[in-house]
Amino acid sequence: MEQSVSYTFDSTLDTVDHAEEQATRIATELGFSDEEVMQISMAVREGAVNAVLHGNAYAPDKKVMLAFERTADGLVITIRDQGRGIDLGSIPNPLAPENLLKTSGRGIFLMRSFMDEVEIRPSQTGTEVKLIKHGRGSSAAGKEGSQ
Amino acid sequence: MSMKLSTRQVDGVTIVDCSGRITLGEGSVMMRDTVRDLLAKGNKKIVLNLGEVNYIDSSGIGELVSAYTTTKNQGGELKLLHLTKKVHDLLQITKLYTVFDVKDDEAAAVKGFK
Repeated sequence: MEQSVSYTFDSTLDTVDHAEEQATRIATELGFSDEEVMQISMAVREGAVNAVLHGNAYAPDKKVMLAFERTADGLVITIRDQGRGIDLGSIPNPLAPENLLKTSGRGIFLMRSFMDEVEIRPSQTGTEVKLIKHGRGSSAAGKEGSQ
Repeated sequence: MSMKLSTRQVDGVTIVDCSGRITLGEGSVMMRDTVRDLLAKGNKKIVLNLGEVNYIDSSGIGELVSAYTTTKNQGGELKLLHLTKKVHDLLQITKLYTVFDVKDDEAAAVKGFK
C-alpha cells in the first residue's frame, strides 16, 4: 500500500462490500494479524453502512469517501458521507438491558469495540468517522524504510 | 459468498441450515423472510443452525434478534445451534449470548423444546 489511498463510492449496498474488501486487502498487506484484519474490516463495513444508509440515505447524488492512511503508528481510516450529520447524544447504549433486543443501533458500538480509537465528527455537511488501529505486523514494519 | 438457507424437519422442529454471510441486504432479508414464512405456516419450533455462517455484521445480528423476538411474540421458540467463533464472539460482546438459547448439539436442541 502507498502512504495513503482514497476512494469515492456511490451510496449503494455494493459500496459497503467494496469498502470491506479494500479494508481486508490493505490491513492484510500491512501485516495485521487475521484477528485484527477481521476487526478492521468489520469496523469499516459498519462505518460504510452508516454512511450509505443513515448518512446519505442511498441518495444517488451523494458520495461516500473512504481513505486509508498508513502512519508510523498504524492505520488510520476515514469514512465521510454527505448526509445531515448524526446526533451522537441520541444514540442509545446497545448494551443497556432495555436496548438488548433492539434490531439496530450496534454499528458504532462494534466500531469502538474493534478499533483502538474512533472519532466521529458530525456536521451539517456530513459525518466524518476516523477509525484508528495501532501497531502493525512484521511485514509492514519491514517495508516502512523503503517507502 | 452470499447466504444460503435450507430447512428440514426433525421431530416436529424446523432446522434452518444457514451458510455464508448474514449481512445488510440479501442475507438479512432471506433470514427474515424464511422465519416469517415458517411462523405463518405454523412452524413455531425453530433452530437456526449457524455452523456454516462465516460472517455476520450488525445488521445480521439485528436479524437474529428480530427472528428471536418475532418467534417469541407468536408463541414460538427459537434456538441457535453451532455458533462459529466469530458469531460466538460477536454475541458475547453485544451481550446477546445469554439472551439466545444457544446449543452445540442438534439432538439436544431438538429435545430442548417444550
